[in-house]
Amino acid sequence: MLIKYPNKQFFRGVMVTTEKNIRIYYTKAPVMIFGLLFPLFMFLSFYLGRGINLHFFFPGFLAMSLFFTASSVGPLITPWEKQAGTYERLLSFPVSINTIILGDIAAGMIFGIIINIIVIIISQVFLNYSIDIFILLTGILLASFCFSSLGVLLASPSVRAPSHIMMFSSLIRFPLIFISGIFIPLENLHGIARILTYLSPITYLVDIFNFSFKGESSISLIIDFAALFAFTVVFMYLSNRFHKRNLMKGL
Amino acid sequence: MENQNLSNNTSNKVIEVSKLTKRFENITAVDQICFTVNKDEIFGFLGPNGAGKTTTIRMLTGLLTPDSGDIFIDNIDIRRDSIKAKMKMGVIPEMGNIYADLTAKQNIILSGRFYGIPKRELGNKADSLLEQFELYDRKNDLVRKFSRGMKQRVNIASTIVHEPEILFLDEPTSGLDVQSQRMIKNIIKQMNQKGTTVFLTTHNIEEANQLCTRVAIINKGKIVVIDRPEILRRTFKTTQSVEISFDKSIDDTLIKKSDLVNRIERLGDKWKMYTDNPDKLVKYLSRFAEDKGLTIIAMEICRASLEDAFVKFTE
Repeated sequence: MLIKYPNKQFFRGVMVTTEKNIRIYYTKAPVMIFGLLFPLFMFLSFYLGRGINLHFFFPGFLAMSLFFTASSVGPLITPWEKQAGTYERLLSFPVSINTIILGDIAAGMIFGIIINIIVIIISQVFLNYSIDIFILLTGILLASFCFSSLGVLLASPSVRAPSHIMMFSSLIRFPLIFISGIFIPLENLHGIARILTYLSPITYLVDIFNFSFKGESSISLIIDFAALFAFTVVFMYLSNRFHKRNLMKGL
Repeated sequence: MENQNLSNNTSNKVIEVSKLTKRFENITAVDQICFTVNKDEIFGFLGPNGAGKTTTIRMLTGLLTPDSGDIFIDNIDIRRDSIKAKMKMGVIPEMGNIYADLTAKQNIILSGRFYGIPKRELGNKADSLLEQFELYDRKNDLVRKFSRGMKQRVNIASTIVHEPEILFLDEPTSGLDVQSQRMIKNIIKQMNQKGTTVFLTTHNIEEANQLCTRVAIINKGKIVVIDRPEILRRTFKTTQSVEISFDKSIDDTLIKKSDLVNRIERLGDKWKMYTDNPDKLVKYLSRFAEDKGLTIIAMEICRASLEDAFVKFTE
């Protein structure tokens, strides 16, 4: 069997890896807990009993939800496969590390998109926004890719058990939530607090969502998209480097 | 003895390894090894634990990058075009498992999809393989419910679904029940008869003896010898032996006195005597039994085994 179209083989590898990840990992407990329950509880703990204007804060909550869902699958896959002994077998297929990384990213991305489209449809019934659909969907696509890349990057350290990576990923993900202008609007942040928000990719998505739902933007859409794109490139580059370096560790 | 000088017909070589080296920090796991594997061969790669077998197979299958040296798989440089080389291979890694959360059939189909087998053809192939491996009735069961032997059968079925030209097997029968071992050995033989070249690493010397056309013995990262099992067995004449059992226990010093016995071992109720001349030793033992009033219960001349050769080469 010869390869007639190497690119076709690459994309086929990505698709099959993605499908494998969807079948196996979407229903795993860590994905359910860190991807669905955590953002829900974070939302409830912030919203319930505080008389908060949901219409005002919804774009931020949606950004948090997309961040948690899209970045919850990636950290699980590689450590789980290494522990289960399937990773070496996966590497023996006609795939490269980039094929595997993209397949893992796509699985997280699809998970994030599906869950958050459902959230948007349900919320639209109650909140009735006038949505800029093009900006919203472009933002969701780019941000889910970015957050899922971060998730895959977080899976790169060599550890004995997937739970270690899930703890490690929480250590990285929670601070990013708190510095991103979800709970406090960007306009109310000044000095170091404001500078810190720029270090979180979620900040830019909150701004995109604010524009999409309310027509308000604190930064600039061009900067928002450029920043998310830059974060994605950095996460993918680091994922490639670290996954390659730790490829055989933990087998 | 072929040793590392393998100047066979170039077109017939499907695996060519030259000066292959891999270091892990200060340890040289594989040290400048060279060998070739010819088309349609079953090539055994033997060695004690930590000798460098798995490191070698990982480099041959594109999982590990060598520090130096060359690997050609069917004339494809695996360092330059690993995907193209991998398309020709089926690999069963030592620690490689199948997906426990998928069914037996889903595992085979997943594997086939990586090689681009069309959907309908893949379904038929999967069913046919499941029948061949006596798993058809369990095809829709999750693999996590399977025994180790059944998992390994699914593993092999998944590996050969694309009919690879070269099959790499790292300890394929390790820890399996006798039935699964036999089935896997038969599948290896059948694949080989159909034209698949097999590269097999194993601890099981008898398995290598039964299956392999040639074997290489690796020790401490270096290849010690490469040859046909039968020739290796004959390399050490001193490993010929006579096994004998008497009706009464005897003092081994009585037998040791003979110049014909190089070494003596007690194996349960038997004695195993290593000798250069089994014929003379048998005659001597007959006389010895008669003189001492002993009855010989069993006596057998044993040729040197591949295991004996393996032990000698890796001492």
